[in-house]
Amino acid sequence: MRVFVEGIGLLGPGLNGWQASRPLLRGEAAYANIPTVVPASELLPPAERRRTSLSAKLALGVGHAAFVHAGRNAATTATVFTSSTSDTENLHHICTALASMEREVSPTRFHNSVHNAPAGYWSIATRSHALSSSLCCHDASFAAGLLDAAAFVAVDGKPVALITHDQPYPEPLQTVRPISASFGMALVMAPQTTDHVFATLDINFVPGNANVTRMMNSALDTLRATVPSARCLPLLAALAHAATAIVILAFGEKSHLHVVVTPC
Amino acid sequence: MQPLAINHFSIVNSVGVGSAAMTHALRAKQSGLTPCNFETVSLDTWIGQVAGLNDIRVRSDLNAYDCRNNRLAQMGLELDGFAVAVAAAREKYGAERIGVFMGTSTSGILQTELAYRRRDPYTGNLPKDFCYAETQNTFSLADFVQRYLYLTGPAFVVSSACSSSAKVFGHAARMMEAGVCDAAVIGGVDSLCLTTLYGFNSLGLISHAPCRPYDIDRDGISIGEGAGYVLLEKKCKQPVTGTMLLLGVGESCDAYHMSTPHPEGMGAKLAMQQALDAAGLASTDIDYINLHGTATKANDASEDKAVYELFGPATPTSSTKGSTGHLLGAAGITEAIIAILAIKQDLLPGGIHTENIDPDLHSNYLLNNRDARVKRVLSNSFGFGGSNCSLVLGVDG
Repeated sequence: MRVFVEGIGLLGPGLNGWQASRPLLRGEAAYANIPTVVPASELLPPAERRRTSLSAKLALGVGHAAFVHAGRNAATTATVFTSSTSDTENLHHICTALASMEREVSPTRFHNSVHNAPAGYWSIATRSHALSSSLCCHDASFAAGLLDAAAFVAVDGKPVALITHDQPYPEPLQTVRPISASFGMALVMAPQTTDHVFATLDINFVPGNANVTRMMNSALDTLRATVPSARCLPLLAALAHAATAIVILAFGEKSHLHVVVTPC
Repeated sequence: MQPLAINHFSIVNSVGVGSAAMTHALRAKQSGLTPCNFETVSLDTWIGQVAGLNDIRVRSDLNAYDCRNNRLAQMGLELDGFAVAVAAAREKYGAERIGVFMGTSTSGILQTELAYRRRDPYTGNLPKDFCYAETQNTFSLADFVQRYLYLTGPAFVVSSACSSSAKVFGHAARMMEAGVCDAAVIGGVDSLCLTTLYGFNSLGLISHAPCRPYDIDRDGISIGEGAGYVLLEKKCKQPVTGTMLLLGVGESCDAYHMSTPHPEGMGAKLAMQQALDAAGLASTDIDYINLHGTATKANDASEDKAVYELFGPATPTSSTKGSTGHLLGAAGITEAIIAILAIKQDLLPGGIHTENIDPDLHSNYLLNNRDARVKRVLSNSFGFGGSNCSLVLGVDG
């Protein structure tokens, strides 16, 4: 399945936007793992902005940046959101409240705890009525989202934005599911070439496991390995290098994605 | 879209264990709702609880996955010959050519709720026996189902609250059309937990009586649990009379509010129209609409506006949530299977518990069962975040 890449949004530790991160991903500038800066979303009306959680802010931030880069209208573009965790803070607060005598669950926390809360806020912010999905595939959440988004582009012949995001859990969950940082990335992909297209991806689901593509820089590779959504980093590095490359992404224990990145 | 064949399915919820029992429950207008006595919950509401989940365990090789949601998942797989049918499909297509796309809203969250009660008083740590990936993670369900059925194709969970297991039809159809897989096990499982009971209570959305969709006195949902599965395959080139088909899927967003539907039903209308367009059908081709019909004031008012605008006053509609309760992430698949049963039985199921239809709602809401030719059904599923999905199911020939 071939998709045409038009725009990228990126927020992670020491990765403050796609353009600023390109030299780091190419290994031309030193990478420093400093905490992710998640801006407040200007897309949302103030009442909704106050209610959004970090995961929604992260998803909206990278999504918005990718659409600006792509020069595409978010209001008419389908979206695939994918996250291993979705909102970790609300989950912790709800489980803590439910373990107490009072069991008082905040209604805002409850509706923000659904896995598709970022997708809901995104559609409100962009006034988009287009198809939107919210997926989870544990460590392979990015690979699952990429495959699903590619199938949508191939079958429906329409553009799509893939938005992947994760954030650390508060304790005690962080101990059982360590996630090292807040990370979000968005890719806007079209079914054919446009003025904004700068690369194509040929994406195939392949049975059997394989050696996944790693990052050259050890700190970036640690980030890749310790945040599910950061499994996209080797793909971003290939796009940053603007040279033809093959990227292998794990999809569970018994399959993988084979992605050919071709600049154009 | 290319119609896809549904030759095998299974269903379990509080009113029906297996499709024969579900059919009987629809014919007899039975309800599985009972006053809430789940776990330590002290809420004045009614629930749809599946009996026996405390007494079963998941298959021993998958012990780490043992939790209420995966037990319910396993119960569903073993009903109606579903696991056997998938084993045959595995022989036919190959394990790597069958996708697994499952919907759930809360997965095994009950396990985490219980673990939080057993945190170490000194360190705050969760108990050692808590298995995060296998129970709490949203993917746990599809992971369990894939392993249980010995499949190795693409697998993921769709989690968009109450539209989750309707949307899996769309994902599977796209994956099959794109050639990523030849068949797909799709479905949904959601089980009772404190998060949804206390959460919907905090929003003032749970009924103190068995839920009454479309009633003038409707006061909210009754939460239930259940599982449902469909094996989706490509259709034979030659039409085979009687083959059950997925004809169309429509998906949209309200872009309005996180937990309140668009007052004019705008997103719902878009989803229904897209499903009809995908099926190449007009609204007059639909014999029955299985409504989302949650029995909240806002949902039923909004959905009715959308349905009435597209279908007018004639098309028979009802909600079966008075029978099953609202199965949240399993609602879409459950009601798709009810649509299949309605077609197989030539039965228009009347909604139960509803006594006085709200005069502000104008669609043709059925209170009594009616025997009539049913060839095509539209089923609605709408969720938090304004996520809407409509399905059109029908019979070949």
